[in-house]
Amino acid sequence: MSALSPEDPVMTGNLAPSAADGPLLTATGLEVGFSVGGSIASRLRHEERILRAVDGVDLTIQHGEALALVGESGSGKSTLARALTGLEPLNAGQVALDGKVLGKRRSRADQRRVQMVFQDPYSSLNPRLTVAGMLHELLRVHQIVPRAQVDAYSRELIGLVGLTDDALPAYPRQFSGGQRQRVAIARALALKPDLLVADEPVSALDVSVQATILNLLQELRSSLGLTLLLISHNLAVVRHLCDRVAVMYLGRIIEVAPTGELYAAPRHPYTRGLLAAIPRMTPGTGEGAPAVTGDPPSPLRIPAGCRFRTRCPIAQERCAHEDPELTAPAGRPAHLAACHFPLDPPPGVRPGTAVRAVPAQSAAQDAKEEPSPSQS
Amino acid sequence: MTAAAPEPVTPAGPSGAGQPAASGPVLEVRDLQVQIQTRRGVVRAVDGVSLEVPRGGAVGLVGESGSGKSMTLRSILGVLPPEAKITSGQVLLDGTDLVPLPTSALNRIRGPKLAMIFQEPMSALNPVMRVGWQIAEGPQVHLGYNRSRSAERAVELMYRVGIPDPERRFKAYPHEFSGGMRQRVMIAIALSCEPEVILCDEPTTALDVTIQDQILRLLAQLCSESGVSLLFVTHDLPVVAQLCQELAVMYGGQIVERGPVADVFREPSHPYTLGLLRSAPDVEEVRSSLVPIPGSPPSLISPPSGCRFHPRCSFAEQDCSEIDPPLRLLSSGRATACLHYERCLESAQAEAAR
Repeated sequence: MSALSPEDPVMTGNLAPSAADGPLLTATGLEVGFSVGGSIASRLRHEERILRAVDGVDLTIQHGEALALVGESGSGKSTLARALTGLEPLNAGQVALDGKVLGKRRSRADQRRVQMVFQDPYSSLNPRLTVAGMLHELLRVHQIVPRAQVDAYSRELIGLVGLTDDALPAYPRQFSGGQRQRVAIARALALKPDLLVADEPVSALDVSVQATILNLLQELRSSLGLTLLLISHNLAVVRHLCDRVAVMYLGRIIEVAPTGELYAAPRHPYTRGLLAAIPRMTPGTGEGAPAVTGDPPSPLRIPAGCRFRTRCPIAQERCAHEDPELTAPAGRPAHLAACHFPLDPPPGVRPGTAVRAVPAQSAAQDAKEEPSPSQS
Repeated sequence: MTAAAPEPVTPAGPSGAGQPAASGPVLEVRDLQVQIQTRRGVVRAVDGVSLEVPRGGAVGLVGESGSGKSMTLRSILGVLPPEAKITSGQVLLDGTDLVPLPTSALNRIRGPKLAMIFQEPMSALNPVMRVGWQIAEGPQVHLGYNRSRSAERAVELMYRVGIPDPERRFKAYPHEFSGGMRQRVMIAIALSCEPEVILCDEPTTALDVTIQDQILRLLAQLCSESGVSLLFVTHDLPVVAQLCQELAVMYGGQIVERGPVADVFREPSHPYTLGLLRSAPDVEEVRSSLVPIPGSPPSLISPPSGCRFHPRCSFAEQDCSEIDPPLRLLSSGRATACLHYERCLESAQAEAAR
């Protein structure tokens, strides 16, 4: 396997984290809505019903970090990811890369900087293009490498994701699900993106295959210094792979924290419930009351005040009127939560000193990935 | 395969959780074979599966896609796709073999004795029938209830499975329900005729984690209340841990390991089970790296010789490719189909000690 090191002449450049000090990506006040339903008459009267899938999100992603976006279906996590990638038009707000605000229509150079891996590798690859065909097309259009090097670079990419050269002339149907996801990752990496957005990259795969893709993503992070935004509903996967976690609920981010701290001492009642709802490997834990009761409300009828109050075990009068903002407690600037009555850390957990989620890599790597507290 | 009551081998592993004394299993599958005719050949989807569901117990059947777990479940209920056939074996429900029964006789059993909960409630429910009447249908047909009495029964069941405001929701259609509520309707239908066994085919896979938690707890509560037995098919090991006492692991159409959930998780005695446990990230414990199972699942048209797992197994020896390993009984209700299971146990123990 032609493992690429950052010193490799082909892969240097944009994949290595740039020396800029600021965050890689800053999103402010993002709103994405979809017009839904309604009768023809109401549409003619311009009384559209808007589903606010992303409803005021501020987010920063640091160079080299792995940020997770978790939440239930309908929380807007995939829409947010698509909006950051430029696949979904924004109703409001803006996305900036390295301080440069991206326009409504991104230039080809800006498109290149954020690439995405989709959930279903069976539908996200063109069935009528060979692997070489799809890579060559991309490389030609974006002029990543000189024409003469396209073949060599394709082989290098395919080796990078753990496939052999035999994969190049093959069609997607000739691959298994895990191999297809590798091809999808190679396709995303071909453009040397600054940010790789992975939307549920393993949830369509079997458990034993999931591990290979998760290990690949982790390897790529340490070998290429890749910045990763991972969208997942699987909190175990997130804990394994990411430095920082943002929890979404009904179109908003309701809690952001370094991974270890979020799992050890969640501040938002929803996060606590979400964590408690995960089935554990300890047998016989299925008795007793569920962690979170009720269904999430429809995003068409978002409750006033705090959006979680309809299911919240500690909701009070104030929650119905005031929309809580993301705030951090004293001494823990990186741990933001949008709750009027945030939870105290459980006894025995010292806040701010929680263990890192990602296994220690080299010291240099650690320093580079230290999540920054700056948030909105 | 195991129908011939294999003898216990060495006493290995700790003493298992004490089995509640029961008068024989309520459901027993013996040496089941299911074959599917395809253009490329005969797929042996289920190849000699034997398992027991104890009265009032919950058994998890775990495996990856293509392992034959859903086919096993469908053969029990007699709802195989037309191209699939049970070629041999028995499905004993209270001692009665269901395999040779005609559809008319099976119809009298499906509902009052055997019920099933499917993965996708939206495709299992009738979209143009009010949910209340879908729940009431079973009692009308099988218990001879009249219209009003069956409707009362439906409302009572909807209340029991936690559907809020059941009188009003009785008249709703499936599309007006959320995914979790639809699955509650499915559970109410399954419970409507007080069956002895409920077969569950990944009932929570399509649900969000908080809703999955609600449904699993509901199933656990209903089981302990009504004494119904569960055969629960899933690919998710922690779900089995929450709900089931017993576990059977399937690979390539065969059961490769069986035993009490706690014991199997602590000390897996088959390399495939060990591989499954090592490859999944755990939410409570961060491991430095995941250990994937190399290779890919076997072809069921021309499976590997000997042990079907041997091409992917790190403990494999020469004999693994020659001998088709039987499912051997170990101590404390466990069984393994590994010729060298001691090595697997050692490896698991060494890992636990670290």
